[in-house]
Amino acid sequence: MSGTREAVLKRIRSAIGGSSADAAAREAEREVLPREYRRAGSLDADARLAMFIERLHEYDANVVRTDAARVAVAIGAILQEHGQRSVIVADGFPVEMLPDPITPKSGAAGGPAESFAFRREEKANVEDLDRCDGIITSCFAGIAFTGSIVLTHGPGEGARRFTLLPDRHLCVVRTEQVVETVPEAMDRLAGFATAPITFISGPSATADIEMMRVRGVHGPRFLDVVLVG
Amino acid sequence: MRITLFITCYNDTLFPETGQAVVRLLERLGHEVVFPLDQTCCGQMHYNTGYQREAVPLMKRFVETFREAETICIPSSSCVAMIRDHYPLMAEESGDAELVRAVEELLPRIYELSELLVKKLGLEDVGAYYAHRVTYHASCHSLRGLQLGDIPLRLLRKVRGIDLVELPNIDRCCGFGGTFAVKNGDVSAAMLAEKMKDVENTTAEVCTAVDNSCLMHIFGGLHRARAGVKTVHLAQILASTEAEGEA
Amino acid sequence: MTVRVGESARALPFQKAALPLLDDAQLRKNVRHATDTIQRKRGLVVAEQTDWQELRTAASAIKRHTLKHLDTYLTQFEERFTAAGGVVHWASDADEANRIVLGLVQQYGGKEVIKIKTMTSDETRLNEALEQAGVHPYETDLAELIIQLGHDKPSHIVVPALHKNRAQIREIFLREMGLKELGNRPEDLTAAARRFLREKFLRVKIGVSGANFLIAETGGVCIVESEGNGRMCLTMPEVLISMAGIEKVIPSFEDLEVFLQLLPRSATGERMNPYNSIWTGTHEDDGPKHFHVVLLDNGRTSILADKESRQTLHCIRCAACLNTCPVYRQTGGHAYGSSYAGPIGAIFTPQVLNMEHAQSLPYASSLCGACYEVCPVKINIPEVLIHLRGRVVREQKSALDPEALGMKAMATVFGSRHRFEAAQRLARVGQWPVVSHGWVRHLPGMMGNWTAVRDMKAIPDQPFRAWWKQRQKKQEKQA
Ligand code: SF4
Repeated sequence: MSGTREAVLKRIRSAIGGSSADAAAREAEREVLPREYRRAGSLDADARLAMFIERLHEYDANVVRTDAARVAVAIGAILQEHGQRSVIVADGFPVEMLPDPITPKSGAAGGPAESFAFRREEKANVEDLDRCDGIITSCFAGIAFTGSIVLTHGPGEGARRFTLLPDRHLCVVRTEQVVETVPEAMDRLAGFATAPITFISGPSATADIEMMRVRGVHGPRFLDVVLVG
Repeated sequence: MRITLFITCYNDTLFPETGQAVVRLLERLGHEVVFPLDQTCCGQMHYNTGYQREAVPLMKRFVETFREAETICIPSSSCVAMIRDHYPLMAEESGDAELVRAVEELLPRIYELSELLVKKLGLEDVGAYYAHRVTYHASCHSLRGLQLGDIPLRLLRKVRGIDLVELPNIDRCCGFGGTFAVKNGDVSAAMLAEKMKDVENTTAEVCTAVDNSCLMHIFGGLHRARAGVKTVHLAQILASTEAEGEA
Repeated sequence: MTVRVGESARALPFQKAALPLLDDAQLRKNVRHATDTIQRKRGLVVAEQTDWQELRTAASAIKRHTLKHLDTYLTQFEERFTAAGGVVHWASDADEANRIVLGLVQQYGGKEVIKIKTMTSDETRLNEALEQAGVHPYETDLAELIIQLGHDKPSHIVVPALHKNRAQIREIFLREMGLKELGNRPEDLTAAARRFLREKFLRVKIGVSGANFLIAETGGVCIVESEGNGRMCLTMPEVLISMAGIEKVIPSFEDLEVFLQLLPRSATGERMNPYNSIWTGTHEDDGPKHFHVVLLDNGRTSILADKESRQTLHCIRCAACLNTCPVYRQTGGHAYGSSYAGPIGAIFTPQVLNMEHAQSLPYASSLCGACYEVCPVKINIPEVLIHLRGRVVREQKSALDPEALGMKAMATVFGSRHRFEAAQRLARVGQWPVVSHGWVRHLPGMMGNWTAVRDMKAIPDQPFRAWWKQRQKKQEKQA
């Protein structure tokens, strides 16, 4: 196989007229590539958040805006509304944001009045994920212009399968995490470039049949966004 | 102004009335028209069909013939696109520095007819009169090649007596495409059928364009269907006046 | 043009393959509906991206730069990807790529694989190779599943089953999934696919994918998708094998910001597609434990060597050129003989795939330029088509071919004023057998394709130049 490697590289070099090993020249050339597209956003904070919410709505995501003091209540209301009983919480998700009286530390079953049970990520296997009613995570960033949320799967965001197998994904986004443009999000991601990264823009969807949008093909069918701040 | 006409080989042979209209129009606007008899063909058909080598002598001939001309008018956007888009590369590939320079000097003096009127001469109202319901077909080369935008429409809007109606799907190709119409005759026919439907839906009597090549194809289909719609090159509409009648 | 190894794929010349498709009213309606819908959506989201042209310019420059330094960026990717726990394989052609993938599947003891839509695996006919060796590939993209279960062929790069409507899909699912009942709303059909595939996502240990972008700087891989089947295949199996053309590499992580803005808007008319995944090698307790990338040449280096068609390798497979193409609109994708349909197929296939009659493809275009206008990486497809036509003529046409003879004769005629004028006279006089009442209704030979659906006015008595000469004479006399 290494023979092939050398052969392919040789063909490339002969096609481009020699090796491109001169790093300085290459970097110099890369520096001056035209990048006249828009990097920074132009909206103020309110307009930016309004755009984020509007565009999430256009993907059929459900958005609730709240503040730090009431976030647990807001999450509780969403879980109640959809009758979610068994919910997995990503490791590192702030405990104080979870509705009382149940905390992930209590491990599993036995939520009293509200009758929903939280299970911690590390305790959930693939079958649990497949069978549970939903997953709760935080996120790394939000992008207003495209209505996207970005996960780097750090603490509070869950490993990748956690936001994939359950039917509902509830994601908490703090307002200061929301940027306007894609390049702004990429700037924030620069230090996390080698982490697993997932951009989520609405629930999974297909238009493969007669171009009609159907949501929830394989990933979560519902995306609840709780915007805090 | 002294304007040198490149009529193009197919207009010369098949559509002399278009060339006559260009002469009548430009002379009416007070210009002198010159027609070098040595001109033949720009080489477009050869070039686009893959006979690029055969197109090179035709380019040289064109450059030679029009070397002295100050302003060159061509009533065919596809030929202008051929010259603008491909001559520089062809000249470069020939390795003849003199030819490269000659092409470079020639290009800024070349105008498609509507471009000449609006961009070079600054006119929109050319004093035309044409009392028909007309729809304008934007040929692909005029739209995407020369990027004429609404230049031809601006000229048409100023024509007296005209009832100008918009053609739906104006940016969609009619299916001519030079030798494509013959090599892929069936697909070309399917594209033509769609275009004819759009033209007929406008209820126009006349479909116009800046290229007789597309018009020959569209009219060919309309006539076969006995649709009762005719096609007329833009030059002929612009050359028509109340006093002198239709060109 | 390049001759690829292995048995060539059977195919008809484009103009013949198009015939039954032109007669298929259902297919043509489906194709028109799908392409119109995507184009309308694309129009809206491109209009709101006010820096669209600047993004195109940047994308095209990044791609041009990358190709110019391709050896460096590929080895850089290899180095970083390996450091991140992955294994890189190199394949010269389709057969070698298939052998590598099959070898890996066997090494890990797999009898089944789950697949994300992968253009390169269509190109190498990987599924056939796997099946011959007793490995069952499950396509997991909804459209690819429809194609696979329907024993059909993809007809579009992004929405491969657009030629099928819901009733046709329902029949396929009922039959192939062994269902007793199934509604015919897209929701019902999608739910059936979800049930059918969920079990496979949880069970099958090996995933096969393509890649939208390979990131040289980090060794990362990026895949853009909608349904979540991609994320399933990338994260659930223990082993992941991604097959990517060598042109898929981009220099830096930052460059993604350009392509992630262009691709979704061009491909599906969305601001962003539901899921983009970027990951680097293997990650602790998250995703596959073994990750292999197969870098595929398969004729790409010969495209790289051809200065004028090198831009073919810019392609990010968004299919915007298909949706806008007036030729594709009439025939759909099957006329193009491979899963690379439409304008990009017309330039890519003849340079890469070992397919019969591939040389008919550069002619399957009216050169209208709509593809170039929408292409997010600014591939001047008409220019490449013309260039490839030139190669067909020079490399494959015999000097005695009637078309070649005719073209040469015409060139000679245009080479002199007197020959041209003589030819005008000759055509005028010689046309009498085909003219009736001033019209030509039937022409012989190839030109019969013209008169099959079009009338033609007879060549007029006086060409323009004769009129001009006459007028000159008159004016001289008056003077
Ligand atoms: S050629 Fe351009 S428009 Fe066509 S699929 Fe490739 S990137 Fe998209």
